[in-house]
Amino acid sequence: MDFTRRDTLALGMGAVALTVLPFRANAAADDAIAAFTGGAAMADAGVTLTAPEIAENGNTVPISVEAEGAVSIMVLAAGNPTPGVATFTFGEMSGAHSASTRIRLAGTQDVIAIAKMADGSFAKASSNVKVTIGGCGG
Amino acid sequence: MKFKAMTAVAALLLSVPAMTLADPDEDSLAINGELDMVTETAAPAHLSDALDTIYSGWRFREDETQALQMDDFDNPGMVFADLGLDQWNKVEGEAGKSCASCHGTPEESMKGVRAVYPKWNETAGEVRTLAMQINGCRTENMKAEPYKYTSGQMTNMEALISVQSRGMPVDVVIDGPVQATWEAGKEIYYTRFGQLELSCANCHEDNYGNMIRADHLSQGQINGFPTYRLKNAKLNQVHARFKGCIRDTRAHTFEAGSPEFVALELYVASRGNGLSVEGPSVRN
Amino acid sequence: MAEGVKPRVKAPSKAAAGEAVVLKTLISHQMESGQRKNADGTPIPRSIINRFTCEFNGTSVIDIQMEPAISTNPYFEFEAVIPEAGDLKFTWYDDDGSVYEDTKSVAIG
Ligand code: HEC
Ligand code: HEC
Repeated sequence: MDFTRRDTLALGMGAVALTVLPFRANAAADDAIAAFTGGAAMADAGVTLTAPEIAENGNTVPISVEAEGAVSIMVLAAGNPTPGVATFTFGEMSGAHSASTRIRLAGTQDVIAIAKMADGSFAKASSNVKVTIGGCGG
Repeated sequence: MKFKAMTAVAALLLSVPAMTLADPDEDSLAINGELDMVTETAAPAHLSDALDTIYSGWRFREDETQALQMDDFDNPGMVFADLGLDQWNKVEGEAGKSCASCHGTPEESMKGVRAVYPKWNETAGEVRTLAMQINGCRTENMKAEPYKYTSGQMTNMEALISVQSRGMPVDVVIDGPVQATWEAGKEIYYTRFGQLELSCANCHEDNYGNMIRADHLSQGQINGFPTYRLKNAKLNQVHARFKGCIRDTRAHTFEAGSPEFVALELYVASRGNGLSVEGPSVRN
Repeated sequence: MAEGVKPRVKAPSKAAAGEAVVLKTLISHQMESGQRKNADGTPIPRSIINRFTCEFNGTSVIDIQMEPAISTNPYFEFEAVIPEAGDLKFTWYDDDGSVYEDTKSVAIG
C-alpha cells in the first residue's frame, strides 16, 4: 500500500530510456548497402521514402517507397539489430514503381531506401522516425 | 488518500513534459469511406455527474494508427474476423454441429448482437458477456470444449460477431435484473487499486486527453473491442486489457471471465452507450 | 504449415485495358524474428515469411524479399498494370517450406 517516490520515478523513466535510443550508424547496414550497390555512388534524388515523424509503436510503422524507373528498392532500418527490412523488385507488369508496408523499428532511428535504376545508377533517401513506447494500460 | 493518488497521476503525467495535447483530436471516422461512426456524443444520463461528452478511443490515436481502421483492407483485425468465419462454419463437439447449423450466416443472425452485450440471459439466470455466450453455445449446444477466455479463437469469433454491428450504437441495458451487477461494476471502476492507489476513473475520467508516459490517455471505452493493438500485433480481448490496466497500478488483478470483470465490463460498456460499435478496432 | 495463416487480398474485379490498379494484401502470420526470448531465456527460433510475389498471367508484378523487420501480419500495397483479362496470383513463402496462395480474376470492362 505504500506509495513511494521511487515507484513513480521508475514508471516515468522506463519510457524515457526506451524512447531516446539514438540512431547508430551500423556496420551491418553499410555492408548491406555495399552489397546492393557494389559500392557505386548514390544520387540524393530519384527515390521517395514516406514514413511518420513519430510512430506510436515501433512494432508497426507504416512506410512507402516510390522510384520511377527503378528495377528494385532496398529498405534498411539502420538502428535495428539486423538492418535488413525488405527488397522490392518490380516486374514487367508493375504499375507505378511504389510499394507500402509496415515495419518494426527497435527505437528512434533513420530508415533508408536505396533504389537501383534501370540504367544501373542508384538513388538514396532516408527519413528519421521517432519511436515512442507507450505500453501503459497493459 | 486523495492527495497520494493525485501525486501518482501527476508524476506519471509529468514524465513526458514536452507534449501537452489536452483533448481528443477533431478527426472523423468513416470506414471504407462510407460507414460513418459516432466517435463523440453526449454522455449517457447515468454519467451526467461525471462527463458531458464521451469519445471513442480512436480519437486519441495518432493519424497513422487512425488510418489503419479507416479501411477494411488496411485493418489487420479483419483477417481475424475471416478466421472467425472459418471457425463459425466448422463442425465441432459431440452434437455434430457448427455455429452455422443453428445460426445460419453471421450476417443474418448476429446483426445488433455486439451492441447490447453484456446482457441478461434469462435461461441461465446470469449476466453474460459475448465471450460467455459464445462459450455457452459451445458447451451447451455443441457439446464442444469452450474457447479459452482471452484466446485467439475467442477474439476471432468476437471480431466476426462485432463486425455485424459496426456503426450501430452501443446500447447496453443497466437496470432490471442486471442492475446489481452494474452497481458492482461501477464500484470496481471507482476503487483505487495497487501501490499507486489509482482507480480506472483517476486515469480515464479525470485525466483523459492528457499524456501519460508516451501515451495519449483516452476515456478507456470498450466500443472498439476486440482491438488490434500495434503493441502486440493481435486482437485483444477486453478482459485482457482490464488486466493490463490494473497491473499497471501494481495491484493483483482479477481473472479474465471472473464475476468482477463481467460486472466491470457491463459498467464500462454502459459508459459508452451511444458510441458506435467499432470492433475490430485498431489501437496502439 | 503454421497455424491460423490466412491471406487476404484486395483487387478490383474489373479494370480498363492497360489500367494500373492498386492491390492490397495481408496475411496473418507471427513473423517470429528470431531475436525474442522465452520467459526462461531460451531464444525463440526465427520463423517468418521470407518472400512474397505477385504475377499477372504468369508475368511478374512484384517480387519482395522479406526480412524479420517486416511486422507481424505482413501487409503490402502496390500497383499492377492490367493489359488484358486474366489472373493475379499472390504467393507467400514461409521459412518452414509452406507456400500460401491466392488468386483473383480481373475482367476488362
Ligand atoms: C444447437 C444450436 C446452436 C448452436 C450449434 C450454436 N448456438 Fe448460439 N444460440 C443458440 C440458441 C438457441 C440461442 C438463444 C437464442 C436467443 O436467445 O436468441 C443462441 C444464442 C447465441 C448468441 C446470442 C444471441 C443474442 O441475440 O443474444 C450468440 C452470440 C451465439 N448464440 C453464438 C454462437 C456461436 C458463436 C456458436 C458457435 C461457436 C453458436 N452460437 C452455436 C443455439 C445454438
Ligand atoms: C495509470 C492510469 C490507468 C489506469 C488506472 C487505468 N488505465 Fe486503462 N489505459 C491507460 C492507458 C495509458 C491506456 C492506453 C491509452 C488509452 O487508450 O487511453 C489505457 C487503455 C485502456 C483501454 C483501451 C481503450 C481503447 O480505446 O481501446 C481500456 C478499455 C481501459 N484502459 C480500461 C481501464 C479500466 C476498466 C481501468 C480500471 C480497472 C483502467 N483502464 C485503469 C491507463 C490507465
